[in-house]
Parts: sequence; structure tokens; C-alpha cells
Amino acid sequence: MSKEPVKAGRVDPRDFLEIDALLSDEERLLRDTVRSFVADKILPDIAEWFEEGVFPIELAKEMGALGLLGMHLDGYGCSGSSAVAYGLACVELEYGDSGTRSFVSVQGSLAMFPIRAFGSEEQKQEWLPQMAAGETIGCFGLTEADAGSDPGAMRTVARRHGDDWVLDGTKMWITNGGVADVAVVWTQSDEGVLGFIVPTDTPGFSSNDIRQKMSLRASVTSELVLDAVRLPGSALLPGVRGLKGPLACLSEARFGIMFGAVGAARACFEAALDHAAGRKMFGKPIGSFQLIQRQLVEMAIGVNRGMLLAMHIGRMKDSGSVDAAHISMGKLDNVRMALDVARTARSVLGASGITLEYPVIRHMNNLESVYTYEGTHEIHTLILGQALTGISAFE
Amino acid sequence: MKIAVCVKQIPDPATPYELDSENHFVVRPDDQVLDDTDRYGVEMGLQLAEATDGEVVLVSMSPANNLQGIRQALAMGADKAIVIDDEALRGSGALVTARVLAAAIEREGADLVIAGTESTDGYVGVVPQMLAELLGMPAMTFARKAELTDGTIRIERQTSGGYDVVEAPLPALVTATSGSVEPRYPTFKGIMGAKQKPIEQPSCAELGVESVGSAGSGQEIVEVRPAPERTAGVKIQDEGDAHTEIIKLLEQAKVI
Repeated sequence: MSKEPVKAGRVDPRDFLEIDALLSDEERLLRDTVRSFVADKILPDIAEWFEEGVFPIELAKEMGALGLLGMHLDGYGCSGSSAVAYGLACVELEYGDSGTRSFVSVQGSLAMFPIRAFGSEEQKQEWLPQMAAGETIGCFGLTEADAGSDPGAMRTVARRHGDDWVLDGTKMWITNGGVADVAVVWTQSDEGVLGFIVPTDTPGFSSNDIRQKMSLRASVTSELVLDAVRLPGSALLPGVRGLKGPLACLSEARFGIMFGAVGAARACFEAALDHAAGRKMFGKPIGSFQLIQRQLVEMAIGVNRGMLLAMHIGRMKDSGSVDAAHISMGKLDNVRMALDVARTARSVLGASGITLEYPVIRHMNNLESVYTYEGTHEIHTLILGQALTGISAFE
Repeated sequence: MKIAVCVKQIPDPATPYELDSENHFVVRPDDQVLDDTDRYGVEMGLQLAEATDGEVVLVSMSPANNLQGIRQALAMGADKAIVIDDEALRGSGALVTARVLAAAIEREGADLVIAGTESTDGYVGVVPQMLAELLGMPAMTFARKAELTDGTIRIERQTSGGYDVVEAPLPALVTATSGSVEPRYPTFKGIMGAKQKPIEQPSCAELGVESVGSAGSGQEIVEVRPAPERTAGVKIQDEGDAHTEIIKLLEQAKVI
């Protein structure tokens, strides 16, 4: 045990618990690289993209060149980084915006991951290199208008026609749907739940973007319509049958969200910290008032605790000991924390908190989606309830 | 084509610097970063190497306890690094730095040497010129653009009013201005591969450099004073002719 006396008054407000020390040099360099990329390529324009409701599709190839897309997958042009490195990249991307992090999550964890995990050798070689490079955009079709938390209730169906398959149905709330070149679509069939790789220019496939969103505005959300979409047998993902296929993808994506939410929270906390130091009322900075100090402290505790939680579960994933319920706990608590921090920061910023000049209301609105997608807060609560009691409350 | 790029690890500019009370040098923490201005030299070196199928060797005189900055430059794509970290070098000035770098570059052999214009911690700004002299190479300073053709390097040399076109036969030394090229981000594969790239760490004795440290520097820092406080600016009231006053001030400052 160290005999050094406890030092006082030397903490870094932006890395209070010195979580940086938990990272290797390589992880820090990777984190710093994504941080620079976000500062150079996303932060200058994100308010405008959010206001205009556009996703900067031109960033896809730049993200690909950096190695961000499918970065935690091995081979086929992917970077092959650790789970923690993927998490750290998600923190920085979502410090920028939940929309840009969502793009990377969907491309890597929901579209590329199932091809890597369940695809044939031919499918991997055909699709993964161009998706890793950002030349081909992917999306993931599981959710339907009437099948959200209960994906087993999906109605999209695949039927055999000779050697071919014919797909019919409608998918809803699909991130990247309208900009995707390829969709990984999950269907019912006589053989159980199946996954297909569907090029979006296949006859019978169409998409409609969802307008008038107040959240994730710098991200494309769409409906996918499959009207007698005829696919060769080689479009089927041969490596999985049943809901465990799409659920495995969701665990991958939730893992990234667990980290990413900390980035959104950190952006809001830092905006509030800066504002509290600079904004003067009653002749002194508002950071000198007890009520504001309490808000700053609660936010700092949330951000630091969330990062520790994510790092711990990240290290578990890299060591192979993680369970889906661990990731549920991380997603549930960190997104709840981030939403609390965003709302608190909004209050600290006063009227400035509602403009896009500051990142806070944008993150706050985005996090409403993050709270619901990839397993709602409620479903993750029930997954944890099941893990604790052994009893499912929803099946 | 072998291109040597001089790089420096410096204390993180975002943290306050401490000066040693005895020798007035910057106290170097374990964690140092790549001098941001060096990214331009590395990028210029990589572009020229790519155009000529050449290789880029980083050369640095640097405390080696944490090589994060060097690894960043390797992750950008440099092929290997030579880092000289010798206890005897503590307290060395610009001339010793130039002699050490020259010895390392001579031992390695290089057709082209690229450096930044000056470091962001010391701002001495003379090492590249000293290095060129010691290597017997022309010093092509302040390049905002550089091209290689048939054994000749041609640069656009930034001047206060525009640029001069300067040419020299190889071998030569070029200093790259910030903004001359757009430094690439290290790719994730590059970051993970940087660990496998060789970093040589020769001693001064191995390089045959003698009389180093403060004794060999031929300089002594007698005193260090804080920069003068910034004084209040000039306020111009616009009575219809403010623009002419502003133009005069800008001309005095030689920015137009």
C-alpha cells in the first residue's frame, strides 16, 4: 500500500478519475485520432446538419479510410481492433453526435457483423471489404411497425421458390435505410427466423425516409418495403437460424451504445462546465452558486461512473467473459445517465441550452432515441430482472 | 529514395510548462506528444515517399521513456524511427541537437531530410539550418509545397509577400510550414501496426558524437523572464474614415 499522503486539489475536471490511465498507449492514440477526426470533420457542421435534417454521407468513405467501419471485426479489410478500442471510438463519435455514432454502429455491428459471423466465405469476400471502406452502406432490417420489443412477432416472410427466395413485408425505424446499398433483412419462414443479404436495387425493394423527426436529425431513418423481392439462394445467411441471429447483432451494437452514451454525456457536461465558468449573474460566475455546483457535481459523477462501467464491461468482452445481461446493464444505466446529464446541462445553460449553438439540446433530443432503440430502457430492465431471478417477465 | 524526417516529442501544449530552476530548460514529463507542427513534415515525407516508392525514417532526439509521439508518426505510415535518448544529452542546446541528428542521419544515409520550421516548445528555429550545414546540404526553408523530379527538389518558399520557387539537387534539407500539406489521420491498422515497426535507440557514443550536454552546447541561458503582459489595444472611433486607419495599422503590421 502506498505510504504517500493523499494529495489535494489536483484533479482534472475533464478526467476526474484519471480514467485515461486505464488505457494503453495504443488505445489512447486511437481515441485521440477519432477525437481529432470528430473535431475536424463533424463538430464544425453538425448543428447545420441537424437543423437541415441531413446525414453527411460523404463522411462514410473518410470513416472507412480511418478504419472505423467494422473496426472490431477481423480480416476482409476490417481493422481487427479490440472491443475496448471500438468502444472508445464510439465515445468520441457520440461526443460529436448520436447520429454519426449510429451510422458507425449500424454499418459495423448490425450490417457487417452478421455477414462476418453468419455469412458464407463468398458473402464475406463480396461484401465486407467494400463495406469496411465505406463504399457500400449497409442497414439492418429487424424491427417492424408492430414488432419492436417483440421481434418474434415480425410478419415479414421468406418463401422458397425453387432455388430462390421471395421476401414480402415491411420494416420500420431502419437507420441508414434510405442511403443503404445493402440491407441485412430478418424474416419468418418455414425454417424459422432467417437472415438475408438484400441489395437495395433488387426489384421490389424500396424505402421511405421518416420525416419530421425531432431526434437523430443528422441520421437517416427509414421504412423498408419488400414487395415480392426475389433473391438467389446465395443471399441467405447460412450460419444461423432463429432469433439468436439478430439478437447477437443487437448485443454488439448495444455494446457500442453503452460507450457512446458517455461521449454524449461528456459533451453536455463540458458545455455546462464552461458555461458555469463564463456566465455571470449577480456579479459573479454562476458556477459559484451552490445549486449550479451541485448540478455540475452530479453530472461529473454520472460521466465518470458511466465511463468506468463501460470500460469494465469492455475489458470483460475482450477477455471473453461478458454476458448479454452485462451489456444490458451498461446500455440501460449509461443511456439513462446521459439523458439525465443532458437535461441537467440544458438547465445550467439557461436559454442558451435550447439553441443549436451549443451541443446540449441536440444531444438531449438524440438521447431520447438512444433510450428507446437497441432494446428499450424497459426491456433491458426486464432482461436484468430475468438475469437476477431466473424468471422471464416478458415471455 | 530514403527520406529522413526530423520529429520531436514535446510536453502536451494543453498542460502548463514548468522550467527547471537551474538550467532553465523545460521539465519533460513522462507523457509527451508529437509536436503538432511535425505532422506536416511527416505528411510531406510520406507523400514524397509514395510518389517515389521510397521510405520514411523518423529521426528524433528525445527522452524515450514514453514514445507515444513517435508511435503516432509511425502510425501515420513512417517505416522506422531512430530515437537518441542518452543521459549525457540532458541540457543540450540547439547546436548539440543538430550535431546528434546529423550523426544519426549520416549513419542512416538519406537523400532528403525534412524538418518542421521550429518546435512548439522551444521555438529556437535554427536546428534545421544548422543540420543542413553539418550535413553539407542546401537548406530549403519554409516550403509550402515540395516536388521531386529526377534527383531535384523544387519548393515554393513562403515569403512575407508571396513565395519564391527554389530548386536544388539532392541530397537536400527542406523545412515544411504548417499548412503546407494536410496531415493524414493515422489509420487504425497503422496504429496497431506501429508496435511492430523498428525503433532504433543508438547512444551518443555509437553515433560518435562527443562533448554534448550543456557543456558542449556553446550557450548558456542566463536568465528567464515572463513575457510582458499584453497591453490594451487601439480603439478607433469610426467617423467615416476608420477603414483608412485600419488599413494603415495592417500595413504597419505587414499583414497586407
